[in-house]
Amino acid sequence: MSLEVDIRHTAGRFRLDVQMRLGPGLTALLGPSGSGKTTVLNVIAGVLRPEQGRVRIDDEVVVDTAAGVWRPAYRRSIGYVFQEPRLFPHLTVRQNLMFARWFRHHGPTSRSPEEVIDLLNLGGLLGRYPSRLSGGEKQRVALGRALLSMPRLLLLDEPLAAVDQQHRDVILPYLDRLRAALAIPAVYVTHTWSEVTGRADHVVELGEGRVVFSGPVSAHAERGQQKTGGQRRDEAP
Amino acid sequence: MTDAELEIVLLSLKVAGIATLASVLPAIAVAWLLARGRFWGRSVLDAIVHLPLVVPPVVTGYFLLTVFGRRGPIGAWLETYLGFQFSFRWTGAALAAGVMSFPLVVRAIRLGLEHVDRHLEDAAGTLGARPAWVFATVTLPLALPGILAGLVIGFAKALGEFGATITFVSNIPGETQTLALAIFTDLERPGGEAAAMRLAWLSVAISVAALLASEALARTFRRHTT
Repeated sequence: MSLEVDIRHTAGRFRLDVQMRLGPGLTALLGPSGSGKTTVLNVIAGVLRPEQGRVRIDDEVVVDTAAGVWRPAYRRSIGYVFQEPRLFPHLTVRQNLMFARWFRHHGPTSRSPEEVIDLLNLGGLLGRYPSRLSGGEKQRVALGRALLSMPRLLLLDEPLAAVDQQHRDVILPYLDRLRAALAIPAVYVTHTWSEVTGRADHVVELGEGRVVFSGPVSAHAERGQQKTGGQRRDEAP
Repeated sequence: MTDAELEIVLLSLKVAGIATLASVLPAIAVAWLLARGRFWGRSVLDAIVHLPLVVPPVVTGYFLLTVFGRRGPIGAWLETYLGFQFSFRWTGAALAAGVMSFPLVVRAIRLGLEHVDRHLEDAAGTLGARPAWVFATVTLPLALPGILAGLVIGFAKALGEFGATITFVSNIPGETQTLALAIFTDLERPGGEAAAMRLAWLSVAISVAALLASEALARTFRRHTT
């Protein structure tokens, strides 16, 4: 998998100007709040149309404003776990999980529902409605739902932001199991370094709408030490 | 209830029921255009939809007569080519009731649609649902409380419609004489107050039953979504 992003977009006074190139594995997209992380994911997923730019996934150009190319989200096969779970409140957990299967029968990565339900330990929740789930359970269902859409790329937008610390520690091992078992390339947005350290292969750091660092994790760690004298400023307390 | 009263009640239910059912799909379409559409003439559409609410009902009935009457452009065409007639028929009463209640139905459905979280629609898109499917599987079910409210208020309005109906299709017992028109007729007749009062209570009972039924439906729905 390769992903190439080159976009410019303004929203109010915020100006985004991002060029990046990602390979397989897990990419951590770091940066403080308001640095444009979510906007980048929205453009990649097809939820937001950028003013200018181009996005290419493998050999397929999904956005090219100069050439008038725009592939809508439903034709991109990209799994997106939003910051809030965004589960469909009128559907049970099982129906939420199977939602994508109503529309998509083949995909680059086929997972059986049983495998995903088992992996995320959702078996006991299938008959419930989202209003009867805890924050952590909701986010696990959202993750399972995205995986079952057979994505070629998974976007995770601070999936733990809406979850308290106690549940974070429960969910993180699930993410590790997923990474090991499914091997889907993923972009993981966070501003908490500890969530991705030891997990990410590649790091892209944004600041005020621009890429301030892009490279392997080891290089980012060295850079952080030089910059802050051994203390990472984005380390979780 | 006497046979005559039963006939009036059944005719009223038929007229109001058909008027409401026939307006559901157009009302959803118009409500969606008004809630989500960005096109030239949206405010004109909004104004046209609301006209029956603001002009005197007699005027609406008169317009219906000139357009859908036997000599009206659409009325004449329907009669010549399809053998279908609105004027002085219960179908015309249903048309009048439907037109008069349409703005209220659209308003309620529009509120329901505006209440739907667009983020959920985005999520459905990333899961492979094209816009028509997003509408059918996410937007419409989540707007259901608004649609139900629209149906009930539309039905109640259609049941009570008077001015446009009497102007367009007159007051013919057994054909166009609905509850409201029958009450009016009884009140005009010396000694008809008691009969009018019985019909008045019947119309109250029907409206209350409709409200209770919609509340029960909305409760079932809310149990899942909140």
